[in-house]
Amino acid sequence: MAAEILRNRPRAAGPSRAALLPWVRRLGFYLALLALWEGVARAGFWPPWILPGPLTVIETLVEGVQRGTFVTGAVVSLRRLAIGYGISLALGLVLGLLIGRIKVLDETLGSLVLGLQALPSVCWLPLAILWFGLNERAIIFVVVLGALFSIILGVQAGVKNTPPLYLKAARNLGARGPAVYTQVVLPAALPAILSGLKQGWSFAWRSLMAGELLYFTLSLGNLLQIGRDLNDAAQVMAVMLLIVIIGVCIDQILFAPFERRVRERWGLA
Amino acid sequence: MVDQTARESRQVVARAVAEPQAKGEGIPLRIVGVHKTFADRDRRIPALQPIDLEVGAGEFVCLLGPSGCGKSTLLSIVAGLEPASGGSVWAGEREVRGTDTDRVLLFQEAALFPWLDVQHNVEFGLRQAGMPRAERAAVARRFIDLVHLGGFERSYVHQLSGGMRQRVALARALAINPAVLLMDEPFGALDALTRDRLQAELEAIWAATRKTILFVTHNVREAVALGDRVLVFSPRPGRIVREFRIRLPRPRRLEDHALVDQAAEILAVLHAAAEMEGGRHGR
Repeated sequence: MAAEILRNRPRAAGPSRAALLPWVRRLGFYLALLALWEGVARAGFWPPWILPGPLTVIETLVEGVQRGTFVTGAVVSLRRLAIGYGISLALGLVLGLLIGRIKVLDETLGSLVLGLQALPSVCWLPLAILWFGLNERAIIFVVVLGALFSIILGVQAGVKNTPPLYLKAARNLGARGPAVYTQVVLPAALPAILSGLKQGWSFAWRSLMAGELLYFTLSLGNLLQIGRDLNDAAQVMAVMLLIVIIGVCIDQILFAPFERRVRERWGLA
Repeated sequence: MVDQTARESRQVVARAVAEPQAKGEGIPLRIVGVHKTFADRDRRIPALQPIDLEVGAGEFVCLLGPSGCGKSTLLSIVAGLEPASGGSVWAGEREVRGTDTDRVLLFQEAALFPWLDVQHNVEFGLRQAGMPRAERAAVARRFIDLVHLGGFERSYVHQLSGGMRQRVALARALAINPAVLLMDEPFGALDALTRDRLQAELEAIWAATRKTILFVTHNVREAVALGDRVLVFSPRPGRIVREFRIRLPRPRRLEDHALVDQAAEILAVLHAAAEMEGGRHGR
């Protein structure tokens, strides 16, 4: 994070030594952690199917990717995530905007959303299975509900806290109707919306894994489950690693550029 | 230095107003019996006593008074951002009902949009009016140059100083070519030097465009330096206690003795009004 902030200084000439230092420290930390893990694994306190070393885990990961099962699993999971999150995003933006701008909806629907947000999204799973059966639709349903409330609340908070001054200035300059929303209310709410979207994303990811642990088609969650069934801790850890890698990549691709833009424009550090 | 800035401004203004869009000449304003009372739970708080005021086309009128005397409320009502409790406002031939781009209000806080850079802030009103992209970029560029911010087109609001923000706000307002500028203590939060410069530039822009300007301030010298007329308001609930016609030649210089004397006279009236009200409330 710190390095990112430094990188965002306007037109800083290349990475300076001060910017590199945190990365050097981080690298050192992870190398030491891996060495410790490998050492403990080799010392033989536990059998390798309980605690494999990092080298074994990485080997399993590479194998899984080469065999194609990990790739297929990841594609299936990401497809569900994209569909579920896409639905949440569309619903969340509209509902958040309405709840943020219309007082009656805030008092009624808003309180419901706030209540449902307190419910961990995994709790929807039994109901989803009863309604849809244990299939694709049940999983996507859980993903949608996992992300939806965070997105609604983020959008609503941003819209509600839009300084009235911006709205006055916009009206004064001739903004009318939908343009007020698309060109003033939503952009003004962008920082809060972004944090809602991020939280929604991480909840969607969690709900997906919970659903996939129960549902027997090839997917990331299912690969975790197979690893357990086969007493193969290396596979479980390899899939966990894959999930972390995918999560970080998506964060960097989807949200980081947005966040950078918000920081640059609003001047937030 | 201020003189030199003013001269430069006049040259830039002359160039800018030579273009067709820059011609929004002032229209008269007529304020008839406008008053305002705020309802606060069970109390009714009068903010503005009935005001009658005629402002000529292209006239520069300063509303002077202590904070909270309702002069900003009056400006909001003229802008159409706030309804009056009674009375009517006429802009040219039309009665004011809501905002319209013939009257633009400038706020003390500049009210620029932080998600847009300078260029797009200035383009905002033009975009609402449906001007094509290329054309509005050119118009915005011209007004950015007019307020001496060439080179800052891509800057964001947080990168600008208070004075620069007010310049952008002025460019944004002028770009849509209103007939009336309503200015609510636009220079109130600026340091003295920046304020002097911006006053000189505003005077030059006004002289070249002949827009009608209603300018709210609590700074007596500012009012005298800019206004054709200065209207002194009483403390809340505000009413106009005295009217001064300022006949000093333009461009005015803040250190001019005649200006300083005039300011002293108005300041005395302002104090007397404040004391009178204080006495009434202190019973």
